[in-house]
Amino acid sequence: MDYFFVLLFVGLAVALVGGGLAISHLIAPHRPNIVKAQPYECGERTVGPAWVHFNVGYYLFALLFLVFDVEAAFLYPWALVFREVGVIALLEVGIFIVILLVALMYAWKKGVLEWV
Amino acid sequence: MLENLLTHSAFEILTLSDRAAQALAENPWEAAGYTLLALGGTGAFLSLLGMALIYVERKVAAHFQCRLGPMRVGWHGMLQSIADALKLLQKEDIIPEKADKLLFFLAPVFSIIATVLALIIIPMSPSLQVVDLNIGVIFISAVGGFGVLGILLAGWSSNNKWSLLGAMRAGAQFISYEISVTLSLLVITLLAGSLQLSEIVQSQQDGWWIWRGHIVGVVAFFVFIISSTAELNRPPFDLPEAESELTGGFHTEYSGLRFSFFFLAEFINMFIASALGATLFFGGWMPFHIGGFETFNSIMDLIPPGLWFAGKTAFIVFLMMWVRWTFPRLRVDQLMRLEWKFLLPVGFINLFAAATIVLTKLYFFPGQ
Repeated sequence: MDYFFVLLFVGLAVALVGGGLAISHLIAPHRPNIVKAQPYECGERTVGPAWVHFNVGYYLFALLFLVFDVEAAFLYPWALVFREVGVIALLEVGIFIVILLVALMYAWKKGVLEWV
Repeated sequence: MLENLLTHSAFEILTLSDRAAQALAENPWEAAGYTLLALGGTGAFLSLLGMALIYVERKVAAHFQCRLGPMRVGWHGMLQSIADALKLLQKEDIIPEKADKLLFFLAPVFSIIATVLALIIIPMSPSLQVVDLNIGVIFISAVGGFGVLGILLAGWSSNNKWSLLGAMRAGAQFISYEISVTLSLLVITLLAGSLQLSEIVQSQQDGWWIWRGHIVGVVAFFVFIISSTAELNRPPFDLPEAESELTGGFHTEYSGLRFSFFFLAEFINMFIASALGATLFFGGWMPFHIGGFETFNSIMDLIPPGLWFAGKTAFIVFLMMWVRWTFPRLRVDQLMRLEWKFLLPVGFINLFAAATIVLTKLYFFPGQ
């Protein structure tokens, strides 16, 4: 039932955007021309496409993020049952996180975290 | 239905989805009534709150800079946002010729979906919450990630260099700061022992986590507020739309109402982040309680819970605006350094400190 409600609100969001755009479509002017439809480049004529290769630095951060995000997915259940399990849970997760932090230190020393 | 809503005890938790589920068996019309109330209420709340926040932001900014801000439309410019909304509605909707039309259309829809979904699980008062999911905290992180997808799509589909740069920055910034937000959410999960937002609020009936968890709570709150400001792309972390470098960033090609959807989503997301901060660290609708001082607590209970929630959220919203008009924008390398070399280690140390506190029960005012 709860998730059915969530689904209803996805519908509400789509309806809000769709309804707004429909009203706007009815009352707003619509006079396209070639210059207007060009991508904005500070008033200059557009040079080349924008779908190009971008800085490889973004991929490195994405890889690092993946490691820590998966770890966070493990930590949520750990945080929930922590009271019942006690000291053992702290030690085990401690070892797990220290291994990840060693990886972070490695990346740090290798200069991955420097933005160039 | 109306008398049910009016004769409801102030501290009894009953969400609108629960009301609908209860009514479904005996009277489907009543269930439909609650559902419509939730849908209509959320829609109206979303638009009004967005306009109000934009007005407040402009006024706060103006007074920080010794200006008056909007003064012409209505008393002290109160109706300025409505005038702006009407103006945006009448603007021509330009879609660049080289854009990916489908993704260009979907991007604002994604942003609004994420915003609406995050809004409905916030417990504004015991009876003013649409859905109370048992995975509340994870759900908020998940839809937050969905929202940044809208920004990435907007930047990519525009086929504009500024937009692409803005979108890539937004992506990198979001994934970096997401780790810190998760670490500070984990601290509260650990202290409260639950992911359900209403249960987290109730776990603070002997004191809010920010002072019951003393140092750990305060550190977690600051990590949370810095990282969520960065996730919201608000100044000083507004690199994805840095006007002086990237024109408009990811929304350069968006005009009229489509642009206003991003704008609306951004402001409502600020409210959601503040409300989440208030719920997790300042007890949400829970009045100011001190474990063991029953007389004091019952006096505090006289102030309705909704008012507590509104006050705390307004405080954090103001804090975010204050920060925005005080600090200059960071560079990309400074942004990355702050997260990976400072906030991330601090977050991990704080998480271990929180675990130690839970083990040794070193809370401030132990209570139960």
